[in-house]
Amino acid sequence: MENTNMPKKSPFSLQVDLSKFEKATDEEKRQQDVMSESTTFFKDGMRKLMKNPLAVASIIVLVLIIGTIIIAPMVVPYSYSDIISVGGKRDKTAKNLAPFTYSKKEQSYMDETGEKLFPHIMGTDSMCRDYFIRVVYGTRISLVVGLFASILVLIIGVFYGSVSGYFGGRADLIMMRVVDIIYSLPDMLIIILLSVVLNETLSNTQNPIIKTLGTNMVSIFIVFGLLYWVGMARLVRGEILKIKSNEYILAAKAVGAPSGRIIRTHVIPNCLSVIIITTALQIPSAIFTESFLSFVGMGVKAPMPSLGSLANAAREGLQSYPLQLVFPSVTIVLIVLAFNLLGDGLRDAFDPKLRR
Amino acid sequence: MSSEHALGSSEYLVEVEDLKEYFPIRTGFAKTTMLKAVDGVSFKIKPGETLGLVGESGCGKTTVGRTLLRLYKPTGGRVLFEGKEVTDKNMKEYRKEMQMVFQDPYSSLDPRMTVEDIIGEPLDVHKLYGTKAERRDKILNLMSLVGLNAEHATRYVHEFSGGQRQRIGIARALAVDPKFIVCDEPVSALDVSIQAQVVNMFEELQDKLGVAYLFIAHDLLIVHHISDSIAVMYLGRMVEKADADELMSNPIHPYTQSLLSAVPVPDPETARKQKRIILEGDVPSPLKMPSGCAFRTRCRYATARCATETPPFTDRGGGHMVACWEK
Repeated sequence: MENTNMPKKSPFSLQVDLSKFEKATDEEKRQQDVMSESTTFFKDGMRKLMKNPLAVASIIVLVLIIGTIIIAPMVVPYSYSDIISVGGKRDKTAKNLAPFTYSKKEQSYMDETGEKLFPHIMGTDSMCRDYFIRVVYGTRISLVVGLFASILVLIIGVFYGSVSGYFGGRADLIMMRVVDIIYSLPDMLIIILLSVVLNETLSNTQNPIIKTLGTNMVSIFIVFGLLYWVGMARLVRGEILKIKSNEYILAAKAVGAPSGRIIRTHVIPNCLSVIIITTALQIPSAIFTESFLSFVGMGVKAPMPSLGSLANAAREGLQSYPLQLVFPSVTIVLIVLAFNLLGDGLRDAFDPKLRR
Repeated sequence: MSSEHALGSSEYLVEVEDLKEYFPIRTGFAKTTMLKAVDGVSFKIKPGETLGLVGESGCGKTTVGRTLLRLYKPTGGRVLFEGKEVTDKNMKEYRKEMQMVFQDPYSSLDPRMTVEDIIGEPLDVHKLYGTKAERRDKILNLMSLVGLNAEHATRYVHEFSGGQRQRIGIARALAVDPKFIVCDEPVSALDVSIQAQVVNMFEELQDKLGVAYLFIAHDLLIVHHISDSIAVMYLGRMVEKADADELMSNPIHPYTQSLLSAVPVPDPETARKQKRIILEGDVPSPLKMPSGCAFRTRCRYATARCATETPPFTDRGGGHMVACWEK
């Protein structure tokens, strides 16, 4: 198409030769209007997360584990604390059985009645208890401790960090020195000392909630609440200091928005990705600590199993029955690895600095 | 509020008297020095008028705008709105009258909010609507006022270009129906072609809505285009203030003269004839202000008197105010 009304380009000019351009038709202009689908930050992050094979695999592993610990106690007819009984009688012969085997009594019972007993998927332990159900309960305890401890850390850390970061100045100075002091305490030592002291004081209580949970569990929660929030508080504070320097905070102030509203609608949503990622990485660390404490005998009270105490109990018969150590250890490794990989995946998906 | 102020309605919309803003800066261990970002600035703006505020980077232009809106607590001086003094206590109601458009359209909009929520925030804060439908209507009206399509309402800001973002920022400032807007270098982060669109839009909005602007910029041509009068700042003080055309054609202060000589002229013939006044040296640190006239260290006309006495800001006829001993 020849455009006659366009100015002629002089040969030495750097000016763009307008005659080489065509006017866009209406249809072409309309094509420009179609923008990409509007996505929210969260949707975009989830889409990226689902593209990460390791993260998806760890989500599947976690879903399987959580499904098992919910469903297994309903299906498996054994209890975690009682010796296996056959026909109403305690079966003392069902000691340290290998997976999927039956004791002599069970075998003869099955031969007599023709009834099929539920198999011992992971065998039994030295006290004639079904090991599978004990591992399931141990996993329950470990996961519950991990989740609750992380939630505790989340609540305290986010609140403390956002107040300190947002108000700044002298308040920030004092609050962060408190964090520094807690940070400098040797945490394992404090955990062990605290759980000893708390065990003493809490064992006399009549509080039904503490009784059902067990004093050791409560002391683990308190320890986490006291010590482990500092990392989260520091992270949130740093993030908020960064967000605070953005002009949209100033704009909200110019509009007259009160501090509470600014924190709620601008500050927290903008540091949400950091909070999610840190929480996901906090869970395995809490599980690890709980397992460690149970392993050294400071964790949950017998007969309640935890993955750590199961591993500790298996130590005695390690040479004869190594599988009893393998099952809880593999479970810990699976859970911790899955949470860590998921946390990494979340960071890659949600951290704007890593965007490609 | 005293009765004297309540009665004293004035012909000016905004009056700033001897505004001061000092920031404490730690200059050593347990030692703080006051950084005088704004040191006694006064001006008045009539309803529907525009005052341009120019000066080089770090001279306190932005601080004037922000202190005026009490985003910083002023160290001294007062601000009167429609003849009544603005204080910390009654600032909340004045937030509806005075608004701000920010320099950086990228950091002044929350990336986690939709356009609708950004523009709706002032409405939410001041509860300016009864129903959800009313809120939406108001937002869509504002969007069409600044030239945004209704379908943009549910989008997030990262999907927009710089010019469109600045329009969103302007719509947010207009949401409370203010009488006065501080425009803090609203176009300096935009491309030149977009600058023209946005500046023209500021003018159209002024015609339609009758808002007054304090237009802060460092581009003298843009300021001349939009302003009724122009004030020039140097190191926290005002050195010259006059009607826009008067200041451009007849600058008196040596600093203004040198600023004007640096303005690019689109015609090469005149540009060649023009002589640029090049300033010697750098801007002194605001922590160590020169005695007397702040500009004397770089001024061609400086004398002994400039070092000892601060020049007063005096009227040289027709409201042309200058702070200089020698000119």
